Amino acid sequence: MMRTGLRKSSARIAHGTVLIVFTVLLAFPFYWMLIATFKQNLDLYTVENNPFILNAKPTLDHLRLLFNETRYVRWLGNTALVGVIVVSITLLLAIPAAYALTRLTGRWGQRLGIGIFLTYLVPPTLLFIPLSRVVALLGLQDTIWSVVLVYPSFTIPFSIWLLMAFFKSIPRELEDAAMVDGLTRFGAFVKMVIPISTSGILTVVIFTFTLVTQEFVYALTFISPESQQMVGVGIPIFLVRGDVYFWSSLMAACLIASLPIAFLYNLFLDRFIAGFTVGAIK
Amino acid sequence: MAIAGPKIRSIGAAQSPLLGAAMFSPAVLYLVLVIGAPFALAVFYAFSDARIGSTGLHFVGLENFRSILQSPSFRMALKNSVVFTVCAQIIVVVCSGALSIALEKPFRGRGLVRFLILLPWVAPVSLGSIGWKWILDSIYSVITWVLIWLHIYKPYSAPMWLGEPHLAMASVILVHCWRLIPFSTVVMLAGRTAIPKEIPEAAAIDGAGFWRTLFQINLPMMLPIINVAVLFGTIFTFTDMTVVYILTAGGPFDSTQTLPSLAFATGIQGSDLAAGAAISLFLVPVLVLIAYLMLRMAHRAEVV
Repeated sequence: MMRTGLRKSSARIAHGTVLIVFTVLLAFPFYWMLIATFKQNLDLYTVENNPFILNAKPTLDHLRLLFNETRYVRWLGNTALVGVIVVSITLLLAIPAAYALTRLTGRWGQRLGIGIFLTYLVPPTLLFIPLSRVVALLGLQDTIWSVVLVYPSFTIPFSIWLLMAFFKSIPRELEDAAMVDGLTRFGAFVKMVIPISTSGILTVVIFTFTLVTQEFVYALTFISPESQQMVGVGIPIFLVRGDVYFWSSLMAACLIASLPIAFLYNLFLDRFIAGFTVGAIK
Repeated sequence: MAIAGPKIRSIGAAQSPLLGAAMFSPAVLYLVLVIGAPFALAVFYAFSDARIGSTGLHFVGLENFRSILQSPSFRMALKNSVVFTVCAQIIVVVCSGALSIALEKPFRGRGLVRFLILLPWVAPVSLGSIGWKWILDSIYSVITWVLIWLHIYKPYSAPMWLGEPHLAMASVILVHCWRLIPFSTVVMLAGRTAIPKEIPEAAAIDGAGFWRTLFQINLPMMLPIINVAVLFGTIFTFTDMTVVYILTAGGPFDSTQTLPSLAFATGIQGSDLAAGAAISLFLVPVLVLIAYLMLRMAHRAEVV
């Protein structure tokens, strides 16, 4: 009796310890960004000060510098604009493709679907050298249109994959009924399937948008002027002036850009993970 | 209506390959143009003498491969890519396995804990890496501060985390783990929901302890999902250049250079497109192997 009690409480302690240690380790860099954002420079750069707390009054100077004297807002705008355009392109190409591969083309459509999913595994670091020449030839270098052209290459494959799983779960009888009511096959898709798929489509929207904000390699390779940057490249490359790091403004920039993306992604995470685990869980 | 029933079913179930092809071909065409064609171009460059700024292009056979295989930085990068990937996967599997077990049972504040744990994965990787660059700063590092506070180091004598080869390598691995643990944890959590609860419970009633249940029941049943986590984790680490580029840019003295970061340094910054393309092609065997393993897994799931 006592042994099981002991075992239970030691299990509970182990459980709690694992959770606390990992939560602290994983979230720490973001706490670190938060506290650096409001620290006065003298406090931040005095090595003897306890770095975990604010040793002097909090300051808004770093945020002021970030928003008034850097291109940060412009980068956020560029990223949002590219995000919206890439989301539109992805939806336009991925929704019909996913529907066709689930419903219209039978068994080899499934195979093609798996093939398309595999292209998601082709990393930017394999294609950025030839693509940099393609982008230059098309005259898109140093503009956001270079990444608009290329980003759908990693958003479309995974979106098709997610949508295929979603369309499979829609009962065929709904389409049949719509077609009995006089709609064509394509009409049934547009008027029946798309409206009831909003939650799947929303997942793709969020997924695509977060992938756009997370990309680094293509944006770094294709775009060099400061004003055309995406936020993920602008912050690490251009907020560093010479060898001087404005660490507090840098940390503020990271935190402000990360949190909304993290929040959105978090809401839909389970659905993305379902896309990764198809095949291992039935 | 009752008579029409079966007939309608057959209309609905009928496939229409023509309409289907019309609907999926734009996406497929786009992927061929933006993934297939550049890949072919990368292979073509690797056998040529292409450089940024020069117009002539000659076929040089295996010359690029011969010269990069002889270069010490390439061998270092190849070794690092493998070391970083393998170390990170081992650490990630152990940590996220433990974490997924701890997160499985509901408790108060689970939503918040989950959000905090997921932050490294869901926030942009370049920005998280900048956070680490500040944590690992040569003078103002918080780790250094703690070590001095614990009297392990004297002030101003602590190591430079990103400035010494072995510490820099450890730092890169650490940041990769930090980023991947949340992803693997969620994948494993998803996998654990598929394990019937009765089996571990029955084992506990039969007197099996925690470790025995873990090694003889939980781990074998989690194996398929651990495979998924490791396959994707391997791709994310092996092909990544963001973490290395931001933390160390391959330094000090190429000691943290990986295949992708060396390809970038050679092909883009050094204008040598041909050598850069040849270096990045060394990623392909690993990608092909992983694609093969994934296909096998998908096929097995389809058959069963």
